[in-house]
Amino acid sequence: MVRLIDQNKVTKNIQPRIFRNSIYKYFFLAATTLCLLILAVLFIRVLRQGLPHLDWQFLTSTPSRKPEEAGVYTAFIGTVWMMAVVIPVTFVLGVGAAIYLEEYAKKTKFTTFIETNISNLAGVPSVVYGLLGLTLFARAFALGQSVLAAGLTMSLLVLPVIIVAAQEAIRSVPNELREASYGMGATKWTTIYKVVLPTAIPSILTGAILAISRAIGETAPLVVLGIPLFLIQTPSTFFDSFTALPMQIYNWTGRPQAEFQEIAAAGIIVLLVLLIVLNSIAVFIRNKFSKKL
Amino acid sequence: MTTIVEIASGTSLREKKTEVNKDLVYKTKDLNLWYGENHALKNINLDIAENEVTAIIGPSGCGKSTYIKTLNRMVELVPSVRTSGEILYRKRNIFDKNYRVEELRTRVGMVFQKPNPFPKSIYDNIAYGPRIHGIKDKNILDQIVEKSLRGAAIWDEVKDRLKENAYGLSGGQQQRLCIARCLAIEPDVILMDEPTSALDPISTLKVEELVQELKKEYSIIIVTHNMQQAARISDKTAFFLNGEVIEFDETDRIFSNPRDKRTEDYITGRFG
Amino acid sequence: MLLILSWMKGVFSLSSQHNTVPFSVKEMIAKKQKQQKNIGEKVMPWILLLTAIISILTTLGILFTLITETFHFFGDVPFKEFFSGTTWYPFSDPGQYGILPLISGTLRITFIAIIVAVPIGLAAAIYLSEYATDRVRRIVKPILEVLAGIPTIVYGFFALTFVTPLLQNFIPNLEIFNALSPGILIGIMITPTITSLSDDAMNAVPKAIREGALAMGATKWEVTWKVVLPAAVSGIVASIVLAFSRAVGETMITSIAGGSTPNLGLDVTSSVQTMTAYIVQIAQGDAGYGTTIYYSIYAVGFMLFLFTLIMNLVAQWIRRRVREEY
Repeated sequence: MVRLIDQNKVTKNIQPRIFRNSIYKYFFLAATTLCLLILAVLFIRVLRQGLPHLDWQFLTSTPSRKPEEAGVYTAFIGTVWMMAVVIPVTFVLGVGAAIYLEEYAKKTKFTTFIETNISNLAGVPSVVYGLLGLTLFARAFALGQSVLAAGLTMSLLVLPVIIVAAQEAIRSVPNELREASYGMGATKWTTIYKVVLPTAIPSILTGAILAISRAIGETAPLVVLGIPLFLIQTPSTFFDSFTALPMQIYNWTGRPQAEFQEIAAAGIIVLLVLLIVLNSIAVFIRNKFSKKL
Repeated sequence: MTTIVEIASGTSLREKKTEVNKDLVYKTKDLNLWYGENHALKNINLDIAENEVTAIIGPSGCGKSTYIKTLNRMVELVPSVRTSGEILYRKRNIFDKNYRVEELRTRVGMVFQKPNPFPKSIYDNIAYGPRIHGIKDKNILDQIVEKSLRGAAIWDEVKDRLKENAYGLSGGQQQRLCIARCLAIEPDVILMDEPTSALDPISTLKVEELVQELKKEYSIIIVTHNMQQAARISDKTAFFLNGEVIEFDETDRIFSNPRDKRTEDYITGRFG
Repeated sequence: MLLILSWMKGVFSLSSQHNTVPFSVKEMIAKKQKQQKNIGEKVMPWILLLTAIISILTTLGILFTLITETFHFFGDVPFKEFFSGTTWYPFSDPGQYGILPLISGTLRITFIAIIVAVPIGLAAAIYLSEYATDRVRRIVKPILEVLAGIPTIVYGFFALTFVTPLLQNFIPNLEIFNALSPGILIGIMITPTITSLSDDAMNAVPKAIREGALAMGATKWEVTWKVVLPAAVSGIVASIVLAFSRAVGETMITSIAGGSTPNLGLDVTSSVQTMTAYIVQIAQGDAGYGTTIYYSIYAVGFMLFLFTLIMNLVAQWIRRRVREEY
């Protein structure tokens, strides 16, 4: 019998092949570690710069020309006001659209069109949403630089994210539950309202919180809308002008003095803590309710 | 042939039927059904009597599940379904334009292949039906819950944990809970689509006993791929094959002396 | 207080008392069903349809806004100048509007980002998908995704105050505003996009195929290189295209750390301006409504929109092909 394979050669090759494998393995591991490292450096750097300035006075003071007196109060309250618009608007519109697409819409060309459109909207740069808000809300609806104008612009920006998350949540509700409800003579809307939504709500909330975090951190649309960088007054209605956390950070970052950069870091800590709290809530909800199903 | 006789005579649970003239709950006339191009039900004609257990047997894909889902129009949840012919429920055509499907399904309860309790408490599962139909009085709901759970022979097992999530129950308990849920709106007919296929033998036995108990008050139509089960619990049996009714008769007769060769082949295990 | 308590007690004991009057659920339901008008059933689908249509209105709004204002812009500036002019200087009189320098700035920064993100992102994806244990993957993947969730303003701050000074140690002629530092930071920002989507694509490769190769004595690297990567290539390419699109649209990092000097060329050490940074610069200033400068941000925005739209469509197209394979 003729041997086509030289076993000696194969055996001799094994060692280098294994060696190559482990080299690659460590290279890939190094790349992953690098990412984690960058994240760590970023956090440490911001903390070291900002923590010394982060005190009660910083949290309760309005912005000021003097860095030692400046604080994030106005910006923080402004962000809360803006969220008071974004949360209800995105939740109602986003969940509503998701219910329509998942429960009512037939698989027609029109539905596919809506869905393709939504995924394309998710890829539109935020600065373009700023231009839309500027023309539509600020000028055409004459809302100016108000909480409402910014809130609606941000709502449109994060809407695709929340729709997709809610669609996935609704899709994951087992069909047997719908059948059980229909089987007892429940109407479609009753079934959605009493069975589908209560079952899907934890995942919907998780997605909604992630979408809202994005709205909190976005800066570009606010800049384009012309939201003021420096404001002492907090808004008292949705039609008042306001400033938000990222705008305040942007303002401080742009100043040449080192002190302002340090309080920018302190502002960033406030922003990141807010986001971390929100994300922890999202993770908590996901873990708490995912076990039940 | 002897094996068949054994199956039929060895059933202690089944009661002999003697009376003949009973009211009909369902009368199916020339029913045809298509899933898109697939002709799933062909010229079905079946009369289903009151307070009886009617079993539907047949190999997988014979249309038995499709038929039972047509009886409460659940089949329409599948897009691209077309039907022709009539199904009269209590003398009214269920395909009639004015017949509200919700009303039909309120009168005709259904128990599914896999237990499908809602991810809610045991109490809320049972109260779901009455609540969606506008019964909100706590007092009455309490009574309905107890009555239904007793009716499904699960009250003693769950009475101390009505507020707990129904997902904590075992598979067999979940299925009886689903039966209780179905009883809560006091239906006229109960459709059961292979209700024991996902259960262990002991839970299966409990459900079968329950079916015997329930037929005193309800008309029951049960789809099963387990012939012994059909022989044990049903009064009448319909044998489906390739979307057609091959034979429909007293269960005793079907299992002891089938008229059709194909029925005989199926129940003696030659195919299916 | 006591009175109220005893009253409440009375109420509760009353309600918990069962009255055992016989009733028929059947009849109660039949009665209610006659009263029911099913308003929700008729109205809700339409309301929900409206909410779904908002997304279409948003797209139309974006298109309408960009197109009308761009139309105004081209009333003042010739088409030819916009697309072939090599100077972008709107502040002179008359302003010069050749978009090429802005595109040049955008592409320089984007390419740096891609050069950073693709190797790191892919390597991390391969590690997570092929080498890491399930536990490591479950922990590390969400942490990596944090990188994508950090507000871009934070990256901008980091680029300007940390990375640029750091790089100046190695590249002495690096200006305070440059293309390199924001490019690197954008690269880090889009890395998780590549990692996450590529990891998903590689995970979608059936396990059996891997096992077949491993059973013949292949090393993990050989399986990855010869089996997994070729099978997942469309998903990986789609993730890169998507990351590219995100880098092009990124605004704050380039505004803060990139500068505002539109120029043509390949220099990455001096101040540049991207399309997005230009929009921010003008929107922040006091460009009067109706001036050519005001309209110019819409023209630039329109270019940006088209650019990212095409990228996204390409990514979707590639990914759709993947889905058909398995």
